[in-house]
Amino acid sequence: MKTTMKLMATTCLTLSATLAVADGHMANEMTIVSWGGAYSASQQNAYHTPYSEATGVNIINDESSAEAVAKLRAMNEAGNVTWDVVDVVASDAIRLCDEGLAMEIDFDEQLAPGDDGSTASDDFGDLLVSDCFIPQIVYSTTVGYRTDLVGDTAPSDICAIFDTETYPGMRSLEKRPINNMEWALLCDGVAKDDIYDVMETEEGQAQAFAKLDTIKDSVIWWSAGADTPQLLADGEVVMGSTFNGRLFSLIEEQDQPVAMLWDAQMFDLDGWIIPTGLSPEREARALDYVRFATDTQRLADQAKYISYGPARASSAPLVGQHAELGIDMAPHMPTDPANATNTFLYNYEWWADYRDDLDAKFQVWLSQ
Amino acid sequence: MSDTTSGPVLAADGRPLKASLNRALRRQKLRALMLIAPLLIFILVSFVMPIADMLFRSVENQIASEPLPRTTALLPDWDGQGTPDDMIYEALARDLAVAVEAKAHTRLGSRLNYEQTGISSLFRKTGRGVDEIGEIAQDVLEDTNDIWKERDTFGLLFGTPAWVEAINAWDVEDSQTRGAAPTFDANPNFAEQFPGTTSLYASYVLQTTSEDDNPLGEKPWPILFHVLAQELPSAAPPSGVPENLALALGEASAALNGLTLDDPKAVFLDIDDDWGDAAVWTTIQTYSPAYTNGYFLNSVDMQKGLDGPEWRPENEQIYIVLFVRTMIMSLSIMGMCVLLGYPIAWLLANLPDRKANMLMILVLLPFWTSLLVRTSAWKVLLQQQGVINDTLIWYHSTAVGKLLDPVFNTLLNAFYAFANAITWGWNLLNNVWGGVDATYFDWAAQGFERLTLINNQTGTIIAMTHILLPFMILPLYSVMKTIPPSYLRAAKSLGATNWTAFWRVYFPQSVPGIGAGCILVFILSIGYYITPELVGGTKGVFISNRIAYHISSSLNWGLAAALGTILLAVVMGLYWMYDKIVGIDNVKLGG
Repeated sequence: MKTTMKLMATTCLTLSATLAVADGHMANEMTIVSWGGAYSASQQNAYHTPYSEATGVNIINDESSAEAVAKLRAMNEAGNVTWDVVDVVASDAIRLCDEGLAMEIDFDEQLAPGDDGSTASDDFGDLLVSDCFIPQIVYSTTVGYRTDLVGDTAPSDICAIFDTETYPGMRSLEKRPINNMEWALLCDGVAKDDIYDVMETEEGQAQAFAKLDTIKDSVIWWSAGADTPQLLADGEVVMGSTFNGRLFSLIEEQDQPVAMLWDAQMFDLDGWIIPTGLSPEREARALDYVRFATDTQRLADQAKYISYGPARASSAPLVGQHAELGIDMAPHMPTDPANATNTFLYNYEWWADYRDDLDAKFQVWLSQ
Repeated sequence: MSDTTSGPVLAADGRPLKASLNRALRRQKLRALMLIAPLLIFILVSFVMPIADMLFRSVENQIASEPLPRTTALLPDWDGQGTPDDMIYEALARDLAVAVEAKAHTRLGSRLNYEQTGISSLFRKTGRGVDEIGEIAQDVLEDTNDIWKERDTFGLLFGTPAWVEAINAWDVEDSQTRGAAPTFDANPNFAEQFPGTTSLYASYVLQTTSEDDNPLGEKPWPILFHVLAQELPSAAPPSGVPENLALALGEASAALNGLTLDDPKAVFLDIDDDWGDAAVWTTIQTYSPAYTNGYFLNSVDMQKGLDGPEWRPENEQIYIVLFVRTMIMSLSIMGMCVLLGYPIAWLLANLPDRKANMLMILVLLPFWTSLLVRTSAWKVLLQQQGVINDTLIWYHSTAVGKLLDPVFNTLLNAFYAFANAITWGWNLLNNVWGGVDATYFDWAAQGFERLTLINNQTGTIIAMTHILLPFMILPLYSVMKTIPPSYLRAAKSLGATNWTAFWRVYFPQSVPGIGAGCILVFILSIGYYITPELVGGTKGVFISNRIAYHISSSLNWGLAAALGTILLAVVMGLYWMYDKIVGIDNVKLGG
């Protein structure tokens, strides 16, 4: 008798607790998905904490951005989307938009205007690469090198990657065709403006692979953003490509004998999408959050914690000093005029078409 | 029984004994089934069904037929030469008009892009331009009579009055609480005379109501006017139409006489030349049926050609190489696990309890550590500037090292003899399959340079052997624990040497444990992808890495499912072979 009572009481309590949690989620909680690590920390400081303080909404962090595309598709098929706002790179956002998994945004209507009075769509300008994607930061994939292992003449341009005579030793490159093929063609004498035209042809692709062939034996291919910093710190590689923020923390925060190149840096974008299939209340809250988190001041605030450039033009003048190190962040932004003399902007539309095909060819090339 | 009467034996209640017995047994079976029902249902719902669903995706193919029903119905008759008929372009214009409103055309584009590069942007681009088809007809009709500017005209013409009433009633209800919109009911008079317009209007109604809008209150799509204008001149005036609408139809018919409407083919070709490319149409045609073997062909490096399946171009063939590599490397890992695990399990089973417990903790410790931590630790150990290489170089630089180099090198070589044997096997396969590298572990031949132990197959085998070792040791241990030590002593007392006693008496009794361990390790290792991704470099990655890529990055779930199905079939096949050769009854996890 006693046991039965206890059991029943426990069941009731558990049930009511579950209901309360479910209810709480509806009322005052939202789940925001991001990349984790230093990046999520910068978002927590610049966006989540001020937003929670202003509105009382409790923000739950989920570090699933790397699998966001697949998970969102699975959630959508199951008819139960548990995420409210998701941080993804632009190419993933385009895929999600194409798949109908991300909501279309009316930029001028649903985002805050710039501090300088410009409309949101003017303020973001060319960075609005998809109808569903709200840009947040500009980051770049660029090259870092060991100052103590490159000899007397430090590398000054991207083609140092392919120069194994002057800079012998291993280098690390990302295990995917994007970026590497562009750099290979650039260093094989193709003019920057012609690269994508050349790469559309079989011969152009063969040319890029042939250039990559020349260094194939001295490349360690990475797939996680932390790989190159670790390889550089351990002296496994002489130089390697990674995201500029990773290099910043390696050089400025961890004080390693590493320097970085800005030449031919490949710009890419990271930002927010809102999944389709949210209830009207959750959608409204997600939009409210995104409007808050992408206004001019908030975007500039994020640059205090991580060296990625704010996506709004109006935020650039407001970029201040690093929150802990106290150094000026502007010279560490990929978008800083001094750094952006020679840049690529990842050609999203082109890669959307050629990614499947070239990725297959790249994998075959790797395994040969 | 000294029974003289024929017929079945009866129970006490007069029923045949057999039936009675059966009934009692059935009740018992049913009760047993009820007892395991919760578990059975749980396994069905949470394990069997999702797997079946995933496997089914490898042949399921609604990517084209769902958003393009009209086009895919006509395409099978196209002979694949030149460009399709105008009729097919017309059908595509109607399908795309619906798909663009539902935002389904970009999804279709990105799926077809797996097969034909460029379709993704073709569909995106076409989606922006296709809505101009029908503007000519719309202008003409609106000029003849203002009634065509009314939003509900199409609904009044093509729906039954009952449907119009129902949809208006649905519209005024609260959008939060109301049920599904009433299904479209086509006006039979019109449906017969205007089949195209009716079917398109039905799609229009479905789309607008799915957006919670009233189809009678929304602007009709231009393409509706286009289709109506095509069908109007040849149609007989339908009966039972309100007077003002009949009048408008008559006027429209007269105005359209001799007028040239939009030519969808020209519009498509104007948007992008690729619409005149047979390859694009062939891709859509290939993916028109509801079921396809395309994913399976793709996963064995083939594709659908004009005359049946053909090999993909050589620079796109990857999956067979990966399947073979996965098998060979998993077998190597399994072999390493047996070699390393067997002595440890023997020690565990034969040491005094105190020491055995200590050793057991050491075996289990890696189990409790995160997989990523273990893999990263191997990076620190194995990399060129890592602990092992540093030690080797330091040792070589010392005087003792130089003196003992030949000895040490021999030891090192002996230690890697097994790996060398595998390498030899790889070389053999290399000639057949290509794509598998060979690394000999002769340190002297390498000039006492730092060894490359990671970012290749060696790295994957070392790291995965370590990670999977407990799965070999534990079943081995539990089997060895049951082998009485007296057997070995008895063998020796009967004159057997140590080796004979082990090989003839002990080993055969431990075989069920080896079998169980091998199955566990092999099956686990062919599905591994995190460790190969981190330490495998380019040649140490498995087929599961590609499956993971297609699931999480390219979203080509059909291909991922096909690859997974093949992997599952191969495992089942190996399991069956194992059962035939060794016998599955000989596998023991303990006891």
